[in-house]
Amino acid sequence: MGNGDYAQDAAPKGRKVVAELRGVSKYFGEVCAVSDLSLSISEGEFLSFLGPSGCGKTTALRILAGFEVPTEGVVILDGDIVNSLEAHHRPVNMVFQQYALFPHMTAAQNIGYGLRQRRPRLPRAEIADKVYKTLDVVRLGGYEHRRIWEMSGGQQQRVALARAIINEPKLLLLDEPMAALDRKLRKEMQIELQDLQRQLGITFVLVTHDQEEALSMSDRICIMREGCIMQIGSPQELYDRPNSRYVAGFVGTSNFFDGILTDNKGVLGTVRVNNEMPMQASHGSDLAIGQDVCISIRPEQMKLHRQGEGLWVKVLNRIFLGEHTEYLINHETLGDFLVLSPRQAEMAESPFNPGDRALVSWEPSAALILDNK
Amino acid sequence: MTQRTRNWLLLAPAGAWFMVMLIIPLTVVFIFSFGERAPSGGVVLAFTFEQYGNLPARWAAFKNTMTLAPIGTLSALLIAYPLAYFLAVKANPKWKTILLVLVIVPFWTSILIRSYAWIFLLGGRGIPALLDVIGIEGVRLINTPFAVLVGIIYGYLPLMVFPIYVSLDKLDKRLLEASSDLGAKSWKTFLQITLPLSIPGIATGCMLVFILLMGEYLIPAMLGGGKVFFVGNALVDLFLQSRNWAYGSAVAVTLVVVMLITVTIYMRLIYRLGASREDVSIM
Ligand SMILES: Nc1ncnc2c1ncn2[C@@H]1O[C@H](COP(=O)(O)OP(=O)(O)O)[C@@H](O)[C@H]1O
Ligand SMILES: [Mg+2]
Repeated sequence: MGNGDYAQDAAPKGRKVVAELRGVSKYFGEVCAVSDLSLSISEGEFLSFLGPSGCGKTTALRILAGFEVPTEGVVILDGDIVNSLEAHHRPVNMVFQQYALFPHMTAAQNIGYGLRQRRPRLPRAEIADKVYKTLDVVRLGGYEHRRIWEMSGGQQQRVALARAIINEPKLLLLDEPMAALDRKLRKEMQIELQDLQRQLGITFVLVTHDQEEALSMSDRICIMREGCIMQIGSPQELYDRPNSRYVAGFVGTSNFFDGILTDNKGVLGTVRVNNEMPMQASHGSDLAIGQDVCISIRPEQMKLHRQGEGLWVKVLNRIFLGEHTEYLINHETLGDFLVLSPRQAEMAESPFNPGDRALVSWEPSAALILDNK
Repeated sequence: MTQRTRNWLLLAPAGAWFMVMLIIPLTVVFIFSFGERAPSGGVVLAFTFEQYGNLPARWAAFKNTMTLAPIGTLSALLIAYPLAYFLAVKANPKWKTILLVLVIVPFWTSILIRSYAWIFLLGGRGIPALLDVIGIEGVRLINTPFAVLVGIIYGYLPLMVFPIYVSLDKLDKRLLEASSDLGAKSWKTFLQITLPLSIPGIATGCMLVFILLMGEYLIPAMLGGGKVFFVGNALVDLFLQSRNWAYGSAVAVTLVVVMLITVTIYMRLIYRLGASREDVSIM
């Protein structure tokens, strides 16, 4: 994976590339934190690193910020190789995981800190002016003289954000900025952050382990696993064309049927599922005959009906979810899996009850043969 | 039992200790200081300011204390800070504990014995002899204010290192990264983040060392050789040798007053320097 199919890692066409990683690895002693990362980030985009805890997201971000020097590979910012350029020389700012606000300064002093470091010095009035404007941008007007410990988690987060964006960085790095907020506040902040990004046109790189957060906010998502990039793409691409079982499982939910690839000649490949049932599905390029694979079908791509073509299954359970109804069904070879039925379909046909027999079917193009990694 | 009674009970041992060991002796000394010397030694209670009138006779002791205590405190601070900084920020975590123990080890030996070591080092056959070899002749170190200062710095260094070490050690290292991320060079990060956040440690260390130094008598007695003496030495002399308790009490009361005034001014300064009230009240 990773830099194998390079076209996928490239930034959207036509936009200037602000940052690029080429084959970047980082070892802490024996521990490999990230391995062979290659990607480019284009101006104004919102990119997320998504993956479980410990997969190297923070390390990737710290390499971009300049806190870690990569063991191998090249980091490029704005066209220059910056591998060992110190953090204070980089046009990059970071919002830290627990904000790392300066406790001995007020909100305004924290926010103005970056501007006060500029040489030649900026006039005091100009700094004050920018600080007040930025306070308004993050909706903290009136809080300038508050001490950090007098502020709530959400307010502290806004200060951290303001402290970074006031410098108009080429790249804004956010390390799980919403992890410490409660659910409702997190939703609000997500929307605000997106608005802010569009308004300012700053390139955002967000680290998160929350797939919903990544899906709802990002232009592109970089899915990571154990230090490697599994796939990079827009949320839709990752959802519709995952390149592995790992990605399909990480982005949304899916039904997986394990089997062995027996034919990969035509548009549709054939998989012998559970060693007995041949099934056809569309397949990616680099799968070999005899390989362990799985077929992935999203629950909402499956239809339940009473007549016509399909597999006979038994309905085990029905859960009403409002917009959708979720059925847990069982097939004698495929086992248990989920079907998500939209409201219109439920209105048209009388709903199935637990114990009913039904036919299930799907478009062959909705079934994907994926590497079983 | 109510919360209130429980609080009082918890405070009782400390309160009793405070009364017996501090308030009562201080009161006794205060009363004695207005008395007169009994012919046989000791004190005759009276109400006279005679003893206070005699204070100028001990001016040298006050002068030495009030110059060497602040200079000693500052010198100890200047040496202790880089050491504490190295231990807390730069040292490899694996070695940290060992290095910390090395700082404490001298504390396990009596200051008396360690001062003897310095008597030798600073005496005629120590460092001056070495200087002689390289051609610098006639240097006298022992029995000078310098010798006392060396002894003070040496003896009080751990007391200064520890509070500063603690405040630097609990300093969140990500604050330093954040500062660097926002464009500050490392020495500016030190001035703007590390130093202000270690003020509580500096304040505590200086206070501890300064107050103890004001009462110091062993180091001046040993390394000052009777030429450089502190108020502490005057007190030992007055109470134990010449048995002039009334005069000794007047000197002691004056020392306490001077101490209180200095400490009050010092606290004011610390507040100004920007430490919050909580930081200072820890001391
Ligand atoms: N400074 C460090 N020293 C040693 N190991 C580290 C260090 N930083 C990160 N690691 C290791 O690198 C891996 C990736 O960590 P990290 O980038 O923090 O992951 P994430 O942010 O995705 O949770 C982990 O196994 C972690 O233990
Ligand atoms: Mg992390």
